[in-house]
Amino acid sequence: MSHDTPAPVGGRIVSPFLSGLLGLMALAGLLLLWRFAAGLGAVTALNDGYPWGLWIAFDVVVGTALACGGYAVAILVYILNRGEYHPLVRPAVLTSALGYTLAGAAIVIDVGRYWNLFLIPVRPWTWNLHSPLLEVALCVMAYIVVLWIELSPALFEKWRASGDEARAQKGERWLGVWGKIAAFVIALGLLLPTMHQSSLGTVMMLAGHKLHPLWNTPMLPLLFLVSCIGMGYGVVIFESAVSGAVFGRPRHTAMLAKLSGAMVVVLGLYLVLRFADVVIRGKLGLLFRDGYSLLFWLEIALFAAPMVMLMDAGRRRNFPTLFRAATLMLLAGAVYRFDTYLVAFRPGAQWAYFPSLWEILITAGVVAVEIAAYIVIVKRFPVLAGGRSAESA
Amino acid sequence: MSVDRRTFLKGAAVAAAAGAAEVQAAHPAPEPPSDAVGMLYDATLCIGCKTCVVACREANGLKPVTPDWTDGLWDAPPGLDEHTKNVIELYREGDEQSYVKRQCMHCVDPGCVAACPVKALEKRKFGIVTWDGDRCIGCRYCQVACPYEVPKFEWESPVPKIVKCELCLHRIEEGGQPACCEVCPRGAIIYGTRKELLAEAKRRIAAKPDLYVQKVYGEHDGGGTQVLYVSHVPFEKLGLPVLGERGAAAATRSVQGTIYKGFVAPVALYAILAGVIIRNRRSGGGEA
Repeated sequence: MSHDTPAPVGGRIVSPFLSGLLGLMALAGLLLLWRFAAGLGAVTALNDGYPWGLWIAFDVVVGTALACGGYAVAILVYILNRGEYHPLVRPAVLTSALGYTLAGAAIVIDVGRYWNLFLIPVRPWTWNLHSPLLEVALCVMAYIVVLWIELSPALFEKWRASGDEARAQKGERWLGVWGKIAAFVIALGLLLPTMHQSSLGTVMMLAGHKLHPLWNTPMLPLLFLVSCIGMGYGVVIFESAVSGAVFGRPRHTAMLAKLSGAMVVVLGLYLVLRFADVVIRGKLGLLFRDGYSLLFWLEIALFAAPMVMLMDAGRRRNFPTLFRAATLMLLAGAVYRFDTYLVAFRPGAQWAYFPSLWEILITAGVVAVEIAAYIVIVKRFPVLAGGRSAESA
Repeated sequence: MSVDRRTFLKGAAVAAAAGAAEVQAAHPAPEPPSDAVGMLYDATLCIGCKTCVVACREANGLKPVTPDWTDGLWDAPPGLDEHTKNVIELYREGDEQSYVKRQCMHCVDPGCVAACPVKALEKRKFGIVTWDGDRCIGCRYCQVACPYEVPKFEWESPVPKIVKCELCLHRIEEGGQPACCEVCPRGAIIYGTRKELLAEAKRRIAAKPDLYVQKVYGEHDGGGTQVLYVSHVPFEKLGLPVLGERGAAAATRSVQGTIYKGFVAPVALYAILAGVIIRNRRSGGGEA
C-alpha cells in the first residue's frame, strides 16, 4: 500500500474526547427543542435591527468558507492538472461535505418558517431570480448532494475491500459508474461554490447604507470568492496538521509547502482587489477616520501576515510557520466575513446584538457534530492517505 | 467526445463582454406602476395625537403595546414592532421639533422585494408591497435589506410571521382608504394616487416656501416611494435616510443580473470546467 492511497485509520471509535462532543450535542439538542417550541427570541439575542447573528455569520457564512477545501484543492488538481495534490482531495472533500451539511442544518435552525424552506426546490414559480439569497439557497442544497456523491467512492472502496464477494462486486460496479460520471460531477462541484460563495458576498450589497461603505461594494462577490479559495487552502493545511498529529498520518509537508504557494497568490490578489476597490470608489478618506478604519486595517493585517510569512519558499517548508500562516489565513477570512455580516452592519443606534449563551452553545453543538462525524468517518472509511503501517513498511 | 477548450474560452469572453455592455441598459430603474396609490404625510400638520396608531390597530387586528411604565393603561409603542404597523415618533432638538409617522414606504423598487428569495414579499395590486405567508421561509433578509427598518419579525412565536403595513389593501379593495388617513383630524396623512399626491406635495411647498424644506421625500429617494413626505425640518433628522436616486436594489440587481444574465455564464463555465477536467483526466493528471 503506497503512502498516497487512502486507508481507514482504524482504532476504537469511543474516546473521552468523543464523549465530550456527545455531551455538547445533547445540550445543543435540548436547546434546539426549546428554540422550536418557543421561537427564536427565546434562545437568541437576535432582534429586528440585527435579524442575522452568530448562526448566519459564523455557522453559515464562515462555516461554508471553511468548507471550501474541497473546492480549492479541486481547482488545483482537476483544472490546473496538478495531480501530485491528489492525496489531499478526499480529506478536503470530507470536511467540505460535513461543513456544508452542517451549514445547511444551521439554516434550518435559523429560519423562522423552515417548513417552507424545504419547498423551495419544488416551487420554481416562487423563485426570485434577482435574489442573491435564492442563488445561495439553491446552490448550497445542490452542492451538499454533489459533495456526498464526490465522497461516495470511499464507501465503494470499503465495500470492495470488505472480503464479502457480493459486496466487493457491488463496490467494483459502483466505482465503475463513478469513473464514468466523475468529470461531470467534479465540474459541478467547481461551478456551484464559484456561484454561491460569490453570491454570499452579493447578499450584503442589499444592506445598502446600513453596511459601512468600506465593506459595501459591487466587488463583494469577487472578494468573497477570492478569499474563500484562500481559506480553502488554509483549511487543508490546518486539517493536515491536526489529523497528522492526532492520527499519526504523514503530514505531506513538501506538498503543503507547495500548496501554500497558491495561497500567497490568492492572498496577494485579494489585497490588490480590496485596495483597488477603495481607491476606485473614492473612499480613501474612510481609511483613517474611526473604529471602522481600524477594523479595516486589522483585516488587512490578517490577510497580509500569512502572505509575508509564506513569501519565501524556504520558510514554507518549516511546518510550524506553515501552520501558523494557515491559521492566520482562516482567521483573516473569518473576520472579513464577520465584519461584512455583523460588525460593519449598522442598523441604527437603538439596536445592539451580542450572541446569547444559548446561541453560542447551539453553534458549539453544530461544530461538535462536525468533528465527531469526521473522526468516525476517517476511522472507518478510506479517506486519509497513507497509514502508520504504510509508513513503517 | 472531445471538448475544445479554446472555443469555450472564446465563447465565454464574448458573452462576458456583451453582458458588461448591457449592464446599464438591461437594468433601468423601475417606474412606479401605473395604478400606484400611496399616502402623503405632512409633518407641519401632524399634532402627534396618535389617532392613526389606534385606527391602524383596529383595522388590522393588532393588540396594543403597553410598556411597564404605562401600568397597562396606555398604548405606547416605542417604535414599529411585531404588533405595530404604524407609529408616531417625536424628533426634538433645541427649539426645533416635529412628529414623524413611520410605516411601510411602499418603495417603487423595494429592497425587501429584491431580497426575498421566494417572492413572499412582492409589489402586488396598486404597487402595494404585501406579504405571503404560504411562501415566506422566515429568513429575515427583508429586514436586512429594508433601508427604513420596516418589516418586523415575531421573535416570540414558533410559527413567526413578517409584520408590516400593507396600506390597508383590504379596505382599499372595498373602495375605502387606509385607516390612518381616514381618521387623521388634521389631514396630516392623506390617501390618493401617487401622481395626485406628488402634485399636492409640490403645491404645498410652492405655496409656503418659507415653511417647507424644498423637497418631497420619496419622489426619487432610493428609486422613489409610494408614501411621500413633506416637512419643515430636514428629512434625515426625522430618521429618513439619505439614499440617492438609485437604491441598493438597483445596484445589487445590476451585479447579480449581469453575472447570471440568461444563465449564460454559469452554463458556459460548467462546459469549460467539464471540458478541462475530461482532458486532464485523459492525460492522467487527476485520476479520481
